[in-house]
Amino acid sequence: MTSGQFVDRMQTGLWRQNPGLVQLLGLCPLLAVTSTFVNGLGLGIATLVVLTCSNVLVSATRRWILAEIRVPIYVLIIASLVTCIELVFKAWFPALDRSLGIFIPLIVTNCAIVARAEVFASRNGVVASLFDGLGMGTGFALLLMAIGFFRELVGRGSIFSQFDKLFGGDPSAGLILVDGGWLLAVLPPGAFFSLALAVALKNYLDGRQDTVRAT
Amino acid sequence: MMSRVTKGGVTLAAIAAICTTLVAATYRLTTERIAANERAWLERSLAPALGDLDYEGSITESRLILEPPHELPGSDAAIIYRAYSGGAPVAALFAVTARDGYAGPIRILVGIDVAGTVTGVRILEHRETPGLGDGIEASRSDWVHQFDGRSLGDPPVDAWQLRIDGGRFDQLTGASVTPRAVVKAIRETLLYFDAHRAEIFDMPAMAEPQ
Repeated sequence: MTSGQFVDRMQTGLWRQNPGLVQLLGLCPLLAVTSTFVNGLGLGIATLVVLTCSNVLVSATRRWILAEIRVPIYVLIIASLVTCIELVFKAWFPALDRSLGIFIPLIVTNCAIVARAEVFASRNGVVASLFDGLGMGTGFALLLMAIGFFRELVGRGSIFSQFDKLFGGDPSAGLILVDGGWLLAVLPPGAFFSLALAVALKNYLDGRQDTVRAT
Repeated sequence: MMSRVTKGGVTLAAIAAICTTLVAATYRLTTERIAANERAWLERSLAPALGDLDYEGSITESRLILEPPHELPGSDAAIIYRAYSGGAPVAALFAVTARDGYAGPIRILVGIDVAGTVTGVRILEHRETPGLGDGIEASRSDWVHQFDGRSLGDPPVDAWQLRIDGGRFDQLTGASVTPRAVVKAIRETLLYFDAHRAEIFDMPAMAEPQ
């Protein structure tokens, strides 16, 4: 039943319980880094890796952990993972590390990760927790990318600028569709508006589906 | 049988030890690569401000660090990198801070060749408004290129200002505080270079701070 379970966890993470859209967790990085698509992609991948590893570790050690000390242990595990990921990024993806800056160490404070450790990984097996981490992480990463794409398009009139930060090469301005854009979208309020639009869109689609089912 | 408290303490200690080992191992594995990346990144970020000048060796190894108070712009340490060719000075790069940006200090890099001509200006760090003040970045607009090839005589010192202030340099659409701060820092750096040219190139390099 592993593949059925996998599909179920992915659907839950990507749509039904999307950490950003439904649980509204991890909003600090979500709002802060999504000024471009590339930043969203970078932080999305980093969060995905940390979330998956922490889910697996928490699930694997769950039998030995007393309820009273579980939170400090989650914090220890997550903080160590994030430190390792940060060092790995600095060593192998220095440009990406530079562009995400403080937000890689701040993955520690992303409550989506502690929430999954507490709600899911501490109560389920390693494989299920792995799938849950992948699903939730991908859901979060896709939302970061979508908001980054939207804000960059509206705010700067470009698509996929600064791809060099991720993949090296010459600085690229991306595809410039319109010169300049609606500045508000790349400023902090734009992040809130974009997230609100995304949540509204999801609720609208869900509502429509319910109506279809009901009739 | 251990009490719950002891058991909890032991588990916590064991997990802390495992996590620490993991981090320590990763640190050992990556530390050399990270140092190499940092050096490479510094060299790469310095190079554009030198234009297409030829020089020998590594510019990062020839640096001087001036702790405040110094006469260069900024109230934090200023760094000067020197480029030489065949023992003769070619150019100097100044990493200085423009204090009066719109949203805090702006760290800029000014390249000046031995004759006193600007070889290039780049913005290292800033927090200016996206879409307005961030036009000072070379990747966002070609505003910084207007300084290439200029010197203290061209235009005269008094004209090293924005057009709106009676000078010769363009401002940015919708932003004048940011470019004004940058122009002022470049002018002050040029004046410093003019006054201290010989010392700058004669001083021995300083080791990396440990």
